[in-house]
Amino acid sequence: MKFKFLFFVAISAMFVACKSDQNSGPLPYLGKQKMVDGEATKHIIPDWEYVNQDSLSVSNKDLTPYIYVADFFFRSCPTICPRVMKEMKEIYKEFEDDQRVKLVSFTIDPKRDTPENLKSYATNLQVDTDKWWFIHTEKESIYDLANEYFVVAYEDKDIPGGFDHSGKIILVDREGHVRSFSEGTEPETTPKLIADIKKLLNEEFPQN
Amino acid sequence: MYEVYCQNCHMDDGMGLAKLIPPLANADYLRDNQEMIPCIIYHGQNDTIVVNGVTFTQEMPGEKYNEVQITNIINYINTAWGNQIEPVTLDQVKERLAKCDN
Repeated sequence: MKFKFLFFVAISAMFVACKSDQNSGPLPYLGKQKMVDGEATKHIIPDWEYVNQDSLSVSNKDLTPYIYVADFFFRSCPTICPRVMKEMKEIYKEFEDDQRVKLVSFTIDPKRDTPENLKSYATNLQVDTDKWWFIHTEKESIYDLANEYFVVAYEDKDIPGGFDHSGKIILVDREGHVRSFSEGTEPETTPKLIADIKKLLNEEFPQN
Repeated sequence: MYEVYCQNCHMDDGMGLAKLIPPLANADYLRDNQEMIPCIIYHGQNDTIVVNGVTFTQEMPGEKYNEVQITNIINYINTAWGNQIEPVTLDQVKERLAKCDN
């Protein structure tokens, strides 16, 4: 009788051990699937092309070798931006030496955030702009693009700063799919995003 | 009040952000420029300043608090995060606000 009981306990223990391994599955693909030519396709960031803080042309195609995190901000933002940037910087420091990870910050105020101003912002943030790109966008397209990154952004004269936007930090894979995000205004969500970045790195760059 | 208007930039630990936003915690500038602080809070500031040896050029927005609120904010930051700056009185704050340049 005793043997049977121990056997049962052993089997249950194995089950518990298996279940706790759930975290090793792939990251989800976030966003609505679309039907394209009769096939369900995952949400993908549409092509964009702007200039960076050095006034050099950059596009999403330049990011295909990397996975990256993105946020939307503007320099004169009196509310959430510094806090979101602080979290972005934590992510930057965590992956500073990992060449496979980039960071991209899009301004939603291209009128005032010129490339030169973005450059000095990056200098003051004390980050390497080879790793963390600051993108000077175009007003006509940036709000729609933010939407594709699931970040709401729009101009609103009644709001301090003149713009309303979410503080999400978005993780994008090499195919342009959104795979995870954190709330830049909630520092306790950053560790999970960092864990997801590591997971995605294992997925995208498997160690043979 | 610090939480509502000041914390977003100067952060809840008073450490600011790199060379963009100066710290308030153990900041020599705060300690040495007490008479200017009411005006800075009310009108904001666009000067280049040096805090603990680091230069800051970014503009700070002001906030139209009343004198009581400003007094309370200053007394909060003067004693938070290890700061040991003397508290200010309402009269002192009123006097300093009356003399802001702008």
